[in-house]
Amino acid sequence: MFHWLEQRPFFFTIGVFMVVAFAGLIEILPNFAEASRPVVGTKPYSILELAGRQVYIKDSCNACHSQLIRPFKSETDRYGMYSLSGEYAYDRPFLWGSKRTGPDLHRVGNYRTTDWHENHMWEPTSVVPGSVMPSYKHMFSNTVDVETAYAEMVAVNKVFNVPYNKPIKMKDGSTTTVKLPDSLDEAKQEILKEAKEIVKDMKNQDVKDMVEKGEIPEIVALIAYLNSLK
Amino acid sequence: MGEQSQQTAPIQYDYTVAKMFLVSTILFGIIGMGIGVFIAFELAFPELNNLFGEFGTFSRLRPIHTNGVAFGFTLSGIFATWYYVGQRVLKVSMAESKFLMTVGKLHFWLYFITILLAVVTLLSGLTTSKEYAELEWPLDILVVGFMVLWGISIFGLIGIRRERTLYISIWYYIAAFVAISMLYVFNNMELPTYFVTGMGSIMHSVSWYAGTNDALVQWWYGHNAVAFVFTTPIIAIIYYFLPKESGQAVYSYKLSLLSFWGLMFVYLWAGGHHLIYSTVPDWMQTMGSVFSVVLILPSWGSAINMLLTMKGEWNQLQSNPLIKFMVLASTFYMLSTLEGPIQAIKSVNALAHFTDWIPGHVHDGTLGWVGFMIIAGIYHMTPRVFKKEIYSKKLIEIQFWLQTTGIVLYFSSMWIAGITQGMMWRAVDEYGNLSYSFIDTVEVLHPYYTMRAIGGAFYLVGLFIWAYNIYKTFKCGRELSDKEINVNASPMAS
Repeated sequence: MFHWLEQRPFFFTIGVFMVVAFAGLIEILPNFAEASRPVVGTKPYSILELAGRQVYIKDSCNACHSQLIRPFKSETDRYGMYSLSGEYAYDRPFLWGSKRTGPDLHRVGNYRTTDWHENHMWEPTSVVPGSVMPSYKHMFSNTVDVETAYAEMVAVNKVFNVPYNKPIKMKDGSTTTVKLPDSLDEAKQEILKEAKEIVKDMKNQDVKDMVEKGEIPEIVALIAYLNSLK
Repeated sequence: MGEQSQQTAPIQYDYTVAKMFLVSTILFGIIGMGIGVFIAFELAFPELNNLFGEFGTFSRLRPIHTNGVAFGFTLSGIFATWYYVGQRVLKVSMAESKFLMTVGKLHFWLYFITILLAVVTLLSGLTTSKEYAELEWPLDILVVGFMVLWGISIFGLIGIRRERTLYISIWYYIAAFVAISMLYVFNNMELPTYFVTGMGSIMHSVSWYAGTNDALVQWWYGHNAVAFVFTTPIIAIIYYFLPKESGQAVYSYKLSLLSFWGLMFVYLWAGGHHLIYSTVPDWMQTMGSVFSVVLILPSWGSAINMLLTMKGEWNQLQSNPLIKFMVLASTFYMLSTLEGPIQAIKSVNALAHFTDWIPGHVHDGTLGWVGFMIIAGIYHMTPRVFKKEIYSKKLIEIQFWLQTTGIVLYFSSMWIAGITQGMMWRAVDEYGNLSYSFIDTVEVLHPYYTMRAIGGAFYLVGLFIWAYNIYKTFKCGRELSDKEINVNASPMAS
């Protein structure tokens, strides 16, 4: 049979394709319905958080930081409750990472503050002596692309039914709603409102001035995103 | 190999496209690994991160390194060898078909432009974040474009072949084409947000899959990008160049059959080993482990088949530096295909995952196996495509030993670093509390990071020697007659 195949490139190629595609069919497809269901307490990202997530991706933070706490005592002691599948229901793309040059960040919002992040992103060694992390000073002057963040929000709502403007069950039994702004103008007001909340706890004057002028520096969005990781 | 029929009815092979890819292999090799060495030094000496503002940080450069070597250096090497090997084993010249020649040139230019655009977009922070699939959707379309052109080239050449039976190398090129195409398309299913909303950046997209599903598809892809870029086509390369260079017939046809079909079936299942102890279902993680261990069979099958091809001719290891490269490449292939399954065992993975042992493993495979095979293949091609004697055998020897030392420094330092850090993360004191804060486990790695960067630098210097040697061959190598070229061991001046 093999000798026959080796003289017939068409059937040979079909054969290779079938053998290669087999595993994907068996392994990947059955999981799809299961894994996309959110757990209680998981809510979609707000516009500032989403803009911050885009900054996180732009600078490939995932090259050195994981967002996946494995179910070992040494990990739950260090980072908190191990990760659950449903917590990632609104993560497009997922940001688990594959290497911990720095610590895991899946629940960093539980134990770091806006102030800490501000110092750390400006100069990591000022809060963590010995750190090998680069300083990200450019995030204090670059501004985020509000339009693209809003476009992502609208797109995932429209195409993937991400539940904006709908009540979401929280762990304490209450409900909360994440608003999807109706227009780009409204989105700009909303993101500015959220940014002002973050900037209250920051001390960099340039950043404060930018937000006062209606601009959103990358660092503000990034901190909002990191604070949302709980 | 059909050596006889070639000598009785000589075909004038046309290496125009092979030469183009030969140049891009060297160029992207130096760029991709140059960045690799730079970011390795950044981990050892973090102040280097701030040399070029936001464009010089480890995080911004790392995707350029990985894409540069996987899709720049390695794919170039695969294409360069394809446009050389394909003609020769199918017994047909590119010059016989204007159409295929045009396709080949288009293939090169579309590919070359895509890689250049990849560097520019990644540098400016346009990335999807999915490893080895970072390119944004417009570039993905270009990738599909050049893959289709490669497909046309493969099947076009097969369509007009004179040799009816496909040689083993062709099996592996076909497999690489089929699998890369399938994997790439499915993992890069993205929704460009601009087309849904008419707002924002046209380059931006979100993944079609969310969370755990996205992870599953990504590592089905990510692991098999390793399989079908770093393994299958490299096996195609060794199955042609080792028998050619040594003048030995492939040891066992049956073993190559078993290894080929075994590899095809088993490899795809193993992706789950990247997700052990994650939130994907347990049974899938175990499948990943089990199939990774099974994968030793077809992997070692190919490697042993290659080593036994040298049976009775081991003296060539001393006399021919290209045989050195290829034999050590098979050996590194065996090493990393044993190491991988070990890391895929759950208890070992618990320790090794997220540590430097993983990049250590990747690099003994890529530097030792992929890099050495491409280097040796290109060296073998050089006198045939330029019709000139290789400029210096001594330089090849120096390059070999320098790069071998570099690889050993690289993987041994990363093994120690990885296991050290993994052990420290889980260490507890007599009260059961964690012994070390995270930063303790970073500071301890400094000497290993330094050693790794030096190892990488050795390898990079070797690449420069390679480039110089080939450049000098092209520039001032002694002209060879056809008779001098149609020999096994590559002609080289001492």
